[in-house]
Amino acid sequence: MRRITKSLAAMALAGAMVVSAAACGSTGSSTAPAGDSTQAAAAGGEEGKVLNIWCWNDEFQSRFNDYYPGVKEIAKDKSTTTLEDGTTVKWTINPNENNNYQDKLDNALLAQESASADDKIDIFLIEADYALKYVDSEYTMNVADLGLTEDDMKDQYQYTKDIVTDSNGAIKGTTWQATPGLFAYRRSIAKDVLGSDDPADVQAALADWDKFNDVAEQAAAKGYKMLSGYDDSYRTFSNNVSAPWVDGTTVVVDKNIMNWVDQTKEFTDKGYNNKTSLWDDGWAKDQGPEGNVFGFFYSTWGINFTLLGNSLATPEAEGGKLEKGNGIFGDYAVCEGPQPYYWGGTWICAATGTDNPSLVKDVMYQLTCNADIDKQITLDTQDYTNNMPAMEALAADDSFGSDFLGGQNHIALFAEAAKKIDMSNAGKYDQGCNEKFQNSFKDYFDGNIDLDTAKANFEKAIKEQYPELTEVKWPE
Amino acid sequence: MKRKGNKGNVSYAKWGYIFILPFFAAFLIFQMIPLVSTIYYSFFEYYRSGLTIVGPNPVGLANYKALFQSDFLKYMGNTLILWIVGFVPQIIVSLVLAAWFTDLRLRIRGKQFFKVVIYMPNLIMASAFAMLFFALFSDNGPVNSFLVTAGILHTPFRFLSTVWGSRGLVCLMNFLMWFGNTTILLMAAVMGINPSLFEAAELDGCSHLQIFFKITLPMIRPILVYVLITSMLGGLQMFDVPQILTNGKGTPNRMTTTIIMYLNNHLASKNYGMAGAISVILFIICAILCIGVYFSMNGEAEGRGKKKRGGAKA
Repeated sequence: MRRITKSLAAMALAGAMVVSAAACGSTGSSTAPAGDSTQAAAAGGEEGKVLNIWCWNDEFQSRFNDYYPGVKEIAKDKSTTTLEDGTTVKWTINPNENNNYQDKLDNALLAQESASADDKIDIFLIEADYALKYVDSEYTMNVADLGLTEDDMKDQYQYTKDIVTDSNGAIKGTTWQATPGLFAYRRSIAKDVLGSDDPADVQAALADWDKFNDVAEQAAAKGYKMLSGYDDSYRTFSNNVSAPWVDGTTVVVDKNIMNWVDQTKEFTDKGYNNKTSLWDDGWAKDQGPEGNVFGFFYSTWGINFTLLGNSLATPEAEGGKLEKGNGIFGDYAVCEGPQPYYWGGTWICAATGTDNPSLVKDVMYQLTCNADIDKQITLDTQDYTNNMPAMEALAADDSFGSDFLGGQNHIALFAEAAKKIDMSNAGKYDQGCNEKFQNSFKDYFDGNIDLDTAKANFEKAIKEQYPELTEVKWPE
Repeated sequence: MKRKGNKGNVSYAKWGYIFILPFFAAFLIFQMIPLVSTIYYSFFEYYRSGLTIVGPNPVGLANYKALFQSDFLKYMGNTLILWIVGFVPQIIVSLVLAAWFTDLRLRIRGKQFFKVVIYMPNLIMASAFAMLFFALFSDNGPVNSFLVTAGILHTPFRFLSTVWGSRGLVCLMNFLMWFGNTTILLMAAVMGINPSLFEAAELDGCSHLQIFFKITLPMIRPILVYVLITSMLGGLQMFDVPQILTNGKGTPNRMTTTIIMYLNNHLASKNYGMAGAISVILFIICAILCIGVYFSMNGEAEGRGKKKRGGAKA
């Protein structure tokens, strides 16, 4: 679900943005990565000169370029990165929308065996909604086989390891971030509606769904909208279900998902939202200076990446500064919200057949296990990184705060929320189910169709996407 | 060799075969084989579940059965409605423009310029055109902000959330994209009519309307049939405009889902069996409609021609 590219931009999938670049033949025979990456020295041996990385946006690319120690040079168009040992990192970025990334990735993986060494995928990224599809396949490598030990990963959150553990207990990927979710609200609006913008007070007012709905009513009375659109609170409900989406070949719709339908219908009919959809431009606009929306459910990456970008009057690319006075920078704050949840998360997987195993291992180690790098990422970007001791230390540090959130130490809240993440109900059909469910019920919220038609439309859509699913069960 | 050549007649026929060989080779590889394999796989269960390939297992007519139990007819209806609502204004406007541009008495200036302008929308890629409309007509896009600031509407009209809003946009786009093309075809047809017919009609005191209906229309019938058939084939295979405009969802309530979009939904799981069955049915429908149109239009002309001849004899 981490389609960070705006939906409009993603629609430019007309041509997939396959970043191709001429592989530059560097001189000298290739050796195992040396220098900073002493950890990799163990494997040694001949390694390929091209490291192919597949992903769906530039988030990992910028993390890699900024923090991987072996980076020497970045091409002007960012399509390649040259490492100090002469290896060329080739980026293939395909936007996520409409299954585009997975379609292309699947085709490439199925052709992996016959691809030439320099064209083989070495690393690809996956996200929580469909992680199991790749984890439970032979196309991902056990990180232990690469040389990444359990001790290396001891400081990572357990859930980030659970979700990429296959049915045999092998860990198939690793991540630099944990993605607990929070509710980000506008301080100015909270002050107007609740009389206080203090996170503790606001949290008390939003502690459960009944209170949340009450605040929505108060906000509406003052001319504000509680949420921007239909899908905003979806994750908060869909993460608190009692069973995975699919049981055998039956889709089981959880009672809590239907609670989301009821709440969203009520909010829509009473005018508590602006009828937007995730990632559309109205939704993005609602997060900016012209917005009148109380708050947004967002997880870690959403706050420092998406929300921050949308809140500015002058974007960074146009010379806008990250400071108070540029749009509503500083007007947001975060609280836990009515229920704990997570949203998204990106895992690094090694593709079976990679010709750069020790380099892949070193990338994984440096970006996800190296406490110094993890901490630096959090300090620079306010992303929440996957290192418990480092995050706990920041959480306890009173001097640490986010200017964007008006000086609030959001890491403290994330650290609390991260402990509560439970991914035991994640499954390989999540992405399709979530997307089709949201799409099918949008017409119901719009008032175009009745509830039964929306249910029927979901059944049709899900069976089209996954022909192996035979039945959909609705809660009583 | 020489002797042989001298002895028999020189045969040029083989060159004919050699010259048409490239076409048949390309046709065989790029059209015939895919066509046959599409039909073949429509009788199989064959899709991808995650990264596992299921099948191909022969399942007989199960795919066709499932197809007719689904909303296939609704999508067929959507497709026809989207095509007809776009085509009717298109053919009317094109006929009027073609008649105007070719009318010697009107002497329209800058004909060449207008021809270029009306053809322009066709040069833009359909997907780019659809994205443009998506942005223009979005809930807080320029069209809505104009309508609200101009005081025509109080709140933005959510075009893409209403059935006729989104269908209307699809039809409008198809109309804009294709009326120029049709106009130019029809102009060529009108200019092919013997001018003495028009002169004679004028001398006899025909009005513009009479000339149009009694001379122009009957004379361009073959081109009209061509336009109708190509447009119908294009219409039945309508995909890119509604796909991009509705973000691949065919919303609202699947009312803008065309047959090819429905086919495309099955490609998310690489479901070659179901997708093949849809293609085969679509192929049959296309064939029937084309044959129907061809014979009804041409048959009528021939029938009348015979009657005339008969009349002349008597």
